Amino acid sequence: MNHSGIVESRTFNLQVDNIDTDQIIPGQFLTTTEREGLGRFCFYSWRFDENGAERADNPLKKYDADQQQVLVAGNNFGCGSSREHAPWALLDFGFKAVISSQFADIFRSNSLKNGLLPVMVEQHVVDFLQANPGHAVQIDIRNNTLTVEGYGEFQFPLDPFSAYCLTRSIDQLDFLLENEAEISRYEQ
Amino acid sequence: MSEPSQPAMTLFEKVWRRHLVRKETAETPAILYIDLQLLHEVTSPQAFGELRRRGLKVRRPDLCLATIDHSTPTTPPDAHGVRHYHTPEARAQVDMLHANCAEQGIYLHSWDSPNRGIVHVMGPELGATRPGMTIVCGDSHTATHGAFGALAFGIGTTEVGHVLATQCLLQSKPKTLGIRIEGALQPGVTAKDVILHVIGTIGVGGGTGSVIEYHGSTVRAMSMEARMTMCNMSIECGARAGMIAPDETTFEYLEGRKMSPGGERWDAAVADWKTLATDPDARYDRLVGIDATRIEPSVTWGTNPGMVIGIDDVIPSADNAANREALDYMHLEAGARLAGEPVDVVFIGSCTNSRMTDLREAASLLKDRKVAAGTRVLVVPGSEATRREAEAEGLDLIFIEAGAEWREPGCSMCLAMNGDSASPGDLVVSTSNRNFKGRQGRGVRTVLASPLTAAASAVTGRVTNPRELMEAEV
Repeated sequence: MNHSGIVESRTFNLQVDNIDTDQIIPGQFLTTTEREGLGRFCFYSWRFDENGAERADNPLKKYDADQQQVLVAGNNFGCGSSREHAPWALLDFGFKAVISSQFADIFRSNSLKNGLLPVMVEQHVVDFLQANPGHAVQIDIRNNTLTVEGYGEFQFPLDPFSAYCLTRSIDQLDFLLENEAEISRYEQ
Repeated sequence: MSEPSQPAMTLFEKVWRRHLVRKETAETPAILYIDLQLLHEVTSPQAFGELRRRGLKVRRPDLCLATIDHSTPTTPPDAHGVRHYHTPEARAQVDMLHANCAEQGIYLHSWDSPNRGIVHVMGPELGATRPGMTIVCGDSHTATHGAFGALAFGIGTTEVGHVLATQCLLQSKPKTLGIRIEGALQPGVTAKDVILHVIGTIGVGGGTGSVIEYHGSTVRAMSMEARMTMCNMSIECGARAGMIAPDETTFEYLEGRKMSPGGERWDAAVADWKTLATDPDARYDRLVGIDATRIEPSVTWGTNPGMVIGIDDVIPSADNAANREALDYMHLEAGARLAGEPVDVVFIGSCTNSRMTDLREAASLLKDRKVAAGTRVLVVPGSEATRREAEAEGLDLIFIEAGAEWREPGCSMCLAMNGDSASPGDLVVSTSNRNFKGRQGRGVRTVLASPLTAAASAVTGRVTNPRELMEAEV
């Protein structure tokens, strides 16, 4: 994302519904105590076989991290566990946004806290992008719009607080800490 | 003049309101006070690291309950008392939780604790989970605690840090989904079959954005352990949480537990808890009705927990890409029956089904029987307390004599990150909560089922309706 809050990129398609967090980063890699460098485990079982060699049917074989920072995925993306390792891995792999018709709640919340944009749009927009791999899109987080070249401009929901945090690099924990007096009052 | 009457509220709304430090505004979410944070080794290291980076202390170490469960071996220590972890990273992760808890003054239920266990099993056992509380954990199965009428949900690691630092969480108010379940369960049908049926009915994304309240005569008749199984899997239909209104069953379970209030405080607590139930005139945003009398022992046939059939039903048609891909992974054919499929491994455990009721049910079918040749069976109790109780009843001997492995408590093969895993291609009948591709090991095919179905399948070496063995006993 540049300083204007705009992501301009080509898309990368994974035409699968219900991509769960075990697919995004398998449980075997959760013994890490870091959050950096998890891109190498992203979609690990889809990319590599049991010996660590690249699979012939790796659906991410043609992924170009320089050109394709927007993932287009099927419905209910990020279902399953609460592991924040999932957005950490996606970001480190090269994605800055995911477009889907629905996101799992915890994944969506985790993504917004790490600057990975969950862009929820109607199914026909996803269908168009799935039919047109590597399409040019522009995501504007100030106006909550996704512009799909040659197809249209679409609003997506981004709660105002997340937008506030994302555009101003304001931290949610700072916001909570500012309310210390009210927290103490509640505890009385 | 009469008092202005309170608007009718659901259980969820009552608990939500009690914990509002600051209401939601157009620009900012609600600040919700958290009564208890559960911590384990996997989703906490980066949160403690963030506090350290900012020079912050844990605000309320007394409102934290920490344990080790995910990365831990379920095999006993060797002759020298050494625990053999699957990897050095797993050991380092556990060591780090020790260091973090010591630094921040949090009591950790580690190897030396008589209460250590899967975080969602030990919390209720200790009486740490009580009606009306807000409970969070960096673990999506935190919904388990909703069985007590608590608002309990899984959070990410950044949020774990928020709660450690402020004991509060930023939340926008979810919607409510009432799931009304009516009627008596048929023989061989348990809470696990009910929740699998519910997820199969509303779909893996059917609860997204919602907090579920399970109610109706079927739920009222359930034990606390059965209710925990129900609430545990709320996340598998995408719900933030699942809740059940507290009642006499709840109070009876809680009375006398280590962290339950005692004496006069007990009576006051119960009086308060009785006010939590959803008001008769309250409305859910959405309501779904389920006829429990029609539920069969249920199993999953595919690669998400919504792909559910009655155990004697045929596998649905491959009329869409998701079904085709699932059948391809599972090496199953549309129109065929799952019952009778050869079983390589049976796993009885996890935060869904590792409590006394579950172990007793499994043992009832394994008693005086043998595990089928060629089938491996792991029985993993949910906690040290459960293990002690099971061993006092002799359940361990029933399992061992049948040819099963009786392990030490932990998450084990539910997510297979501690080394307890199956081999590529294995078909595992599992009492856990997720049948995602590779969840229990690369290429492993998971069939989610109840402890009864798992035990019956262990005996025959094939996916088996438990009624076949139960009827043999009559």
